[in-house]
Amino acid sequence: MSLRARVALGAGRAAGWASRVTGRGAGTQVSGRVMLAIAPDLLEQVGSGRRCAIVSATNGKTTTTRLLAEALRSAGIPVTSNHTGANMPAGLAAALGRDPEPRVAVLEVDERWVPRVVDPLAAELLVLGNLTRDQLDRFGEVRSIAVRWREVCGSHPNLAVVANASDPHVVWSVEPATDVTWVALGAPWRSDAATCPRCAALLDWSADTFACRACGFAQPDAPYRLDGEVLVTPEGRIDLDLALPGAWNRMNAALALTAAIAHFGIDAERAAAGIRDLEMVSGRFSTRRLADGRDARVLLAKNPAGWTEVLRWLAPTDTSVVLAVNAHLADGRDPSWLFDVPYELLRGKPVAASGERALDVAVRLDYGDVSHVVERDPLRAANGLPGEVVVVASYTQFTHLTRGSW
Amino acid sequence: MTRESPVRIGLVYPDLLGTYGDRGNALVLVERCRRRGVEAEIVEVAAGEPLPDSLDVYLFGGGEDDAQVMAAAGMRASSAALDRARGGGAVVFAVCAGLQLLGTSYAAGDGDVLDGLGLVELETRAGEGRCIGEVVVEPDPSLRLRTLTGFENHGGRTRLGPGVGPLGRVTVGHGNGVPESDGATVDGVLADRLIGTYLHGPVLPRNPDLADLLLGWVLGTDALTPLGDTLVEELRAERLHEARLRGRRARRRDRRLTRG
Ligand SMILES: [Zn+2]
Repeated sequence: MSLRARVALGAGRAAGWASRVTGRGAGTQVSGRVMLAIAPDLLEQVGSGRRCAIVSATNGKTTTTRLLAEALRSAGIPVTSNHTGANMPAGLAAALGRDPEPRVAVLEVDERWVPRVVDPLAAELLVLGNLTRDQLDRFGEVRSIAVRWREVCGSHPNLAVVANASDPHVVWSVEPATDVTWVALGAPWRSDAATCPRCAALLDWSADTFACRACGFAQPDAPYRLDGEVLVTPEGRIDLDLALPGAWNRMNAALALTAAIAHFGIDAERAAAGIRDLEMVSGRFSTRRLADGRDARVLLAKNPAGWTEVLRWLAPTDTSVVLAVNAHLADGRDPSWLFDVPYELLRGKPVAASGERALDVAVRLDYGDVSHVVERDPLRAANGLPGEVVVVASYTQFTHLTRGSW
Repeated sequence: MTRESPVRIGLVYPDLLGTYGDRGNALVLVERCRRRGVEAEIVEVAAGEPLPDSLDVYLFGGGEDDAQVMAAAGMRASSAALDRARGGGAVVFAVCAGLQLLGTSYAAGDGDVLDGLGLVELETRAGEGRCIGEVVVEPDPSLRLRTLTGFENHGGRTRLGPGVGPLGRVTVGHGNGVPESDGATVDGVLADRLIGTYLHGPVLPRNPDLADLLLGWVLGTDALTPLGDTLVEELRAERLHEARLRGRRARRRDRRLTRG
């Protein structure tokens, strides 16, 4: 490593520490920015000599990254990872710089940044989950990310790809790649995939597969497939039996396991055993102690697809639910997506509309016939609801709640 | 207000034209009927299917480029059915991409100019930059509506043909984004039983009297039973306040620019 790189790492750590103790951030992003300013080729230097796997998706990338890292560790492979969810170049540099030893890096990367980090990291594997609408004011984003992913896949013949065969945008992005392992995760969210990514005709959807009658674009045959609680592999069926909740985590796990088995050659049973007992993944779930001593679970929901998955998981339980929504840039400034999410699933539960946009949530619930109270402070709202409480929070609400600055 | 059949609220191509919570507009219309004891149902017209001529309200929502082109193709193929329905008194309510499709032509994402439905004379072309943010509109006085609040997010600029009137005058935000001859900014279009607007949010949950105007047209009355809209009133007050702060900031910025 060059002297300049070592200075950059040192300066970055100091900045990160200052940022943490002054409570201004989780530290990682700040220190990464300082590092990159001092040594712009830092990513190359901290990544060199390692086997780098990049995990990206609109939803589930933090969890998939953690699960893949755990699956590799279970086979005795030391792994470094950006486990705090800092997933842009600065955060990647900080995470790698902090942990110079391990030969394998499993890195969550923001969808838009994938094309720009593949080369500096000399990545050998891309793990691609799904592409759905995220923050609404970023218009046309799904398409433009798919175009950029496609360019990367087409221009890197040595790059291996493990990808979700059930997502039309992902399949189109990965089409030009030469070394692909498909895993069919099922397609519970189709609203952003009505038209064919290749020719713009209407896609035909049957049960869980898609095809375009106009141009022949279709779901590829996948040697790996999620079937309820089971990952079907060419060698047999593996029971997932996860401690992590919800259908979406089974999809994350199936994607991570496919990468561990197909690309890294880890024994399937051993890999599954390595992730089965994982209970919490930072960046997605957390808990907060309430004034009355109870613990509330806090879940991040970033977009309509994410909200829908969380609500489907909550529906059959008897928990109370706080819906905490802001509309800053990171949440999406336009909360019209509230009407794309089936909040009707919460009918009959104790529910609170909360966050800066509590009134938008309340009006949505009212038109969905979901009785509720309005309380802008999510912790006060949680404290007022009976029994077990889950707070489902938009991005900036989640970061406030988990940083404890309320 | 006695009807033999339920009010049929048509949600047109929700997979293609549903980018901005457009289902919310349908939900609001149905709920506001039900709360008054009037039977109503949402009829979803799936992408690729022709439009039926039997709906009471046709809702056209917002959509991205490819989706808008596909929706336009389907709608043009059904224009005879839509004409029949309008002849029988059906109401058309169109938002964003839906508004653009009502017109004679619009510019697609790749710059091509494509035919719209031609229900009203208006044309949409690409503009520089997107119009994003809270919008406040003072509706045409003939509608006797209160101030409209919504959120806009579009790249198109829509010019109304001669003699075609807007839904209202924009006091905060951009709306159609093309100044009228008197320099005013306007939003949307207003014609016989037809309203188009750039406001989403979606717009009807925030503007219950606009929802009731459409329902009044369908039910043939302008005296619908008032509903308890306390929550909505609080939300309206909050959004209008926010938007006016934004408008003041924008005007200050403009003044600085002209001075400096
Ligand atoms: Zn096609």
